[in-house]
Amino acid sequence: MSERRLPPVTQLGMLSLALIVAAVIYLSAHLPEHVPLGPAIALLALSALLLAGNVIALARTEGFAWNRFIEVGRWALLAYVIIAGLIEYVFLRNNTSGGPLIVLTASLVVFALTVPVLIAFTVARYD
Amino acid sequence: MTKPDFQIVPRAGLPIVAFVVLVLVVAIAVNDLWPLMFLHVVGGATWTIVDLFLGFVLGPIIGKMSIPARVEFTTRLMPKMVLIMPTAVTVTLAAGWQLATHLGYNLTTFHMHGWIVASYIVVGVMAVIALGLLEPANIAVLTEMKKPQPNPEVIEKLMKRFIYTAGATGLLQVATLVIMTQLGAFA
Repeated sequence: MSERRLPPVTQLGMLSLALIVAAVIYLSAHLPEHVPLGPAIALLALSALLLAGNVIALARTEGFAWNRFIEVGRWALLAYVIIAGLIEYVFLRNNTSGGPLIVLTASLVVFALTVPVLIAFTVARYD
Repeated sequence: MTKPDFQIVPRAGLPIVAFVVLVLVVAIAVNDLWPLMFLHVVGGATWTIVDLFLGFVLGPIIGKMSIPARVEFTTRLMPKMVLIMPTAVTVTLAAGWQLATHLGYNLTTFHMHGWIVASYIVVGVMAVIALGLLEPANIAVLTEMKKPQPNPEVIEKLMKRFIYTAGATGLLQVATLVIMTQLGAFA
């Protein structure tokens, strides 16, 4: 099976996902008590950078099946926005606020973008 | 080889998913012990059993099936997995967090807090494997099978990825069982 040369979207996406999951685990391990936010912000920033790098690398790829990517990605995005929203809701229900809420929300946004990129890329690369 | 018709996301299952999500939202809002315990146990049991069964029982069976049988089985099983797994995982995690808050298990002063954090880590590793490899492979296999002329090599490669990652998450589920029974016995 001959495959086109594509940027390592799955590998970078997995790393981005691992970092953002680590940020959420770190926050969850401290909440509802005081959380030093530095490590969570660092993990979030690294994960967001990897996500952005992934999208930029993909945007520069010639002949990529963008129609298929968008077709699959938008439905996956809808599903993962709902899932991230439910996780946000349970933290809001328990009075998470201030800095931890902002970092958590940003982490969930990165999560809700990273997974659809991974799904849509895996489908579109074989189109 | 005839290709069975199927929907990648079975629309008939969407109202059931919506109902389960609604029940979850209400249970979290009400914050009573029993509904939270029920949702966490049912969601967790579904997640664990499916992972173990798929990874260690169905996976090897699918691998030994003839190609037409494998295609027919896959087109019937995998669309259901698209709805069942994300729903089971979301219900387990959201109800589990609310349950832990209700019982005070997520406080750092809780005497088994280390076990709670261990469960977050195991779930985190499973989430990365499932969301990064398993779920994309599931959707990609189904999309490939929907094409007028599916590429058997692509399907084979993605199915292998699906089965191996299901096995890996199945192994991690054993760790979840150890942690949860520790909490059940000694909390």
